[in-house]
Amino acid sequence: AKADSVEEEAAFPPNFSVSEIKNKQRRHFMFMKLKQEKRKRKLELKKKRKKEREALGDKAPPKEVPKTIENQRIYDETTVNPEDEEVAFDEGTDEFSSYFNRLTNPKVLITTSDRPRGRTVRFCEQLSTAVPDSHVYYRRGLALKRVIPQCISRGFTFLIVINEDRKVPNGMVLCHLPNGPTAHFKVSSVRLRKEMKRRGKDPTEHSPEVILNNFTTRLGHSIGRMFAALFPHDPQFIGRQVATFHNQRDFIFFRFHRYIFKNEKKVGIQELGPRFTLKLRSLQKGTFDSKYGEYEWVHKRHEMDSSRRKFHL
Amino acid sequence: MQHDDVIWDIIGNKQFCSYKVKTKTQNFCRNEYNITGLCNRMSCPLANSQYATIREEKGQCFLYMKVIERAAFPARMWEKVKLSKNYERALEQIDENLIYWPRFIRHKCKQRFTKITQYLIRIRKLTLKRQRKLVPLSRKVEKREKRREEKALIAAQLDNAIEKELLERLKQGTYGDIYNFPIHAFDKALEKQDEGSESEEDEVEDEEEDDEDVGHKEFVAENEIEESDLSDFEDMNNLKGSSEEEEDDDEGETSENEESEEETEAKGKSKGKTPLKGPVRKKRAYVEIEYEQETEPAQKSKAT
Repeated sequence: AKADSVEEEAAFPPNFSVSEIKNKQRRHFMFMKLKQEKRKRKLELKKKRKKEREALGDKAPPKEVPKTIENQRIYDETTVNPEDEEVAFDEGTDEFSSYFNRLTNPKVLITTSDRPRGRTVRFCEQLSTAVPDSHVYYRRGLALKRVIPQCISRGFTFLIVINEDRKVPNGMVLCHLPNGPTAHFKVSSVRLRKEMKRRGKDPTEHSPEVILNNFTTRLGHSIGRMFAALFPHDPQFIGRQVATFHNQRDFIFFRFHRYIFKNEKKVGIQELGPRFTLKLRSLQKGTFDSKYGEYEWVHKRHEMDSSRRKFHL
Repeated sequence: MQHDDVIWDIIGNKQFCSYKVKTKTQNFCRNEYNITGLCNRMSCPLANSQYATIREEKGQCFLYMKVIERAAFPARMWEKVKLSKNYERALEQIDENLIYWPRFIRHKCKQRFTKITQYLIRIRKLTLKRQRKLVPLSRKVEKREKRREEKALIAAQLDNAIEKELLERLKQGTYGDIYNFPIHAFDKALEKQDEGSESEEDEVEDEEEDDEDVGHKEFVAENEIEESDLSDFEDMNNLKGSSEEEEDDDEGETSENEESEEETEAKGKSKGKTPLKGPVRKKRAYVEIEYEQETEPAQKSKAT
């Protein structure tokens, strides 16, 4: 049968595709053959190119940069130019300006949804060790609308609510208090401290440094500022702790490390503290109000997820 | 003619009633006008020509009454009376309307009315509290997100990025005077300034203490630069490669030969210490470089 199919190949009409063969076995065989052919051709091409490159020696054209998703990313018009005055002006007058002008110190309240399970509770505790000046309170069925004015009256600047589903944290609402924006994230891959390999001792009380990577667009910029405002303005370098928020393809990875400089070209980092990834779902002006709030940005799956090369943060 | 007994005889026991739901112990009646919900002789709205119920619509309670006089007019059979929202007043209304009716029906009507008001109160209380909104997850989307997250994690190369950022900050001096590394050859332009600052610096961090004497500071700096051949960062490698070439050109081989002796001594010293992976590797790197330089003349001599 296989010999037959090889001979019959010549008799097939042009523009014939393997998927039109009705017989599964033969179709599979033809497809394998097609793949092998392709691979062979690719290998030949590669060899040829390599030979040419060697033949040219020094005069060879420089190696092409391979395409990565980051390279091919669709240019976002809201990308922030570092010297943009409009952005600088906005940032001078937005809700975080009081933090960045050192008028207020961050004070964070961490809580969960109703009836948290052990994992979420431990996650909250570890998060509170990572963020200095943070307090964990049990939710006990309180409505957020009542909680927020109380927090404001007690001088809190941030409210973090960890939402839990099936014993695992899966969402986070980060609300800047006096009247500031509320960001809702999807939380995934939560690793608690005891699950980390080769981790160090518990974080100390020193304020960590903050690293914000890859927050390029205007939206990313505002989210980045929000994260920065969680931590005290002046990090204590004696503590040698660093909290990193790294944005890659719209996923924000949070890591907490202790670093040590071995010499001026080498630094060693040791991971302590919890790690998790966030994905922004919505950004709302004003404090948490799901019914009447004004949404600055909402993730709409059908519009925004249509292209694999388009990212928003 | 309306023969209740005959009707009951048929639907209650012998034959089929479409409203009847049978379970192991009980028979229920699904008729919406039934007052107790059970299938009984007294509770069956079909088998009683004089009957009354309470029903609620959108939070409003009504008393429905059926009398034998209207049995022939199905459209007008049920008389609907709106009950007051006040509980006691409504009970009085029920009493007024069912004034000469059998005790059973009156009692059951009031019971039913009480139950209905109780559950209406509960509904009102619950709607004021927070409602948990269930959001359906699409399995396909979740899997897609998970896959993308993993790929993004790999692409992010977090450790490298963090280390790079920290070294950048060190270079830019955000740490001030805490770490006193002699900063040499990232930028040629900065070298002059840096040499000025280096000569002032006396201390080097922990592991470098072996290499260091006050007079030999320059050699120490040289060592550290060549050590970085093994560093992870491609960028740094490129930079160091270029800086090394420049320095080789500039400073000639003699100084490097001197350094080689020092380095082998230093290597010996470090071996005496408790072995640390970093320094030992660095020394090895050096040594390789120096061997290359030494063997070149040796080879030549052998050839000749």
